[in-house]
Amino acid sequence: MDIVSQTVGWLADPANWQGSAGIPSRLVEHALLSGMALAVALAVAVPIGLYVGHTGRGGTAATNVAGLGRAIPSYALLLLFFPIFGFGLVAPLLALVLLALPAILANVYVGLRGVDRELVDAGRGMGMRESEILIGVELPAALPVILAGIRTAAVAIVATATLAALIGGGGLGRFIVDGFALQDDGMLVSGALLVAILAVVVERGFTLAERRLVSPAVRAGSTHLVPLA
Amino acid sequence: MIRWDWIFDNLDQIAASVAEHLILTILAVWIGLAISLVAGLLIYDRRRLYGPTAGFFGILYTIPSLALFAFLVPITGLSLTSALIGLVSYTLLILLRNIMAGLDAVTPETREAAEAMGLSRAQRLVRVELPLALPVIVAGIRVATVTTIGLVMVTALIGQGGLGQLMLRGFNRSFPTMIYVGFVLTVALAIGLDLLLAWIGRVATPWARKGPG
Repeated sequence: MDIVSQTVGWLADPANWQGSAGIPSRLVEHALLSGMALAVALAVAVPIGLYVGHTGRGGTAATNVAGLGRAIPSYALLLLFFPIFGFGLVAPLLALVLLALPAILANVYVGLRGVDRELVDAGRGMGMRESEILIGVELPAALPVILAGIRTAAVAIVATATLAALIGGGGLGRFIVDGFALQDDGMLVSGALLVAILAVVVERGFTLAERRLVSPAVRAGSTHLVPLA
Repeated sequence: MIRWDWIFDNLDQIAASVAEHLILTILAVWIGLAISLVAGLLIYDRRRLYGPTAGFFGILYTIPSLALFAFLVPITGLSLTSALIGLVSYTLLILLRNIMAGLDAVTPETREAAEAMGLSRAQRLVRVELPLALPVIVAGIRVATVTTIGLVMVTALIGQGGLGQLMLRGFNRSFPTMIYVGFVLTVALAIGLDLLLAWIGRVATPWARKGPG
């Protein structure tokens, strides 16, 4: 039996859509773990990024931490945390949060720093308070960069949550890890397909949300390619 | 907690893992750079093609690494080829994006000056535009390299993986020392290569260090 018919056969089997090891339950596990990780990462990184970006204080420290964070592979973190925290939610959750922090922190900071200083001065000249400048001027202008960081982080979390299965966690990665172990190519490729579709859907979803949230005036000014650094 | 005696007894095995990790990373980034440069130069005069190409590379980039390797294994097996196809496909979006951003940043005045000096289209590209784009391209190579070092770890699952293999073996044997060694060396490798590339980039573009004028 070739790989395509094996995959279609596995996906068409009603048994794989039921129970706690079925596709819907695994999808829910995957989404819950990813959602929690993103929520924690946002709660930590956004306030720090806003403070550092608005005041300009500790900027070098923030970019260094973000750069160092990017050098630490999440797969390595997952295996590192396992001997410390053992089976359960803590090791994958912590690894995913640390994976997402640099992208969000760096983009909030870079986004705010990139806001035209004249805009901020104009706000100050109009008698706005610092908090009003941050929320009314800097945040809307920096929103495309900030949201792009959140999208990158979300896609990375969903992708990496797959690896949680390696240390006994649930989620859609289960099918890939078990497919490898059982040499069941139908399960393996189906799992890969589901994870890939989920990642693309999350990426598209966040891109569409960005278009709705960013003010048209801000969007019009940002057509050039921003290099990655 | 850490078994130092194991580390000293297995230095050759650790060195072999580092070497394998390094070779996979460098091979993937070089192949990725070659493909993105060709793609970038082809697209350069045909900007309509940028959207679809970046879109395709973007989908490759979005597919989680474990899933991509899982797709490849039934076709190319538990092999170096599978690992490289996966690793290269993740570098493409990063590299193409920075190549195009770098070329875009060359000012029209510079292009016109090169044209007025009688340089042909190809000469302008090789002698003026690509060198000017180099700092941004090097920034892309740095991001791609650090990303690839992390992804090489995941190829441990398909029998490759250098330090990832070391960590996975430590995990399977419940022997934390192997995990710690793999972790520390991976991070050191990522930071070391990043700094090395930054230095090479600075040396290769002496003009970028001087101010305007």
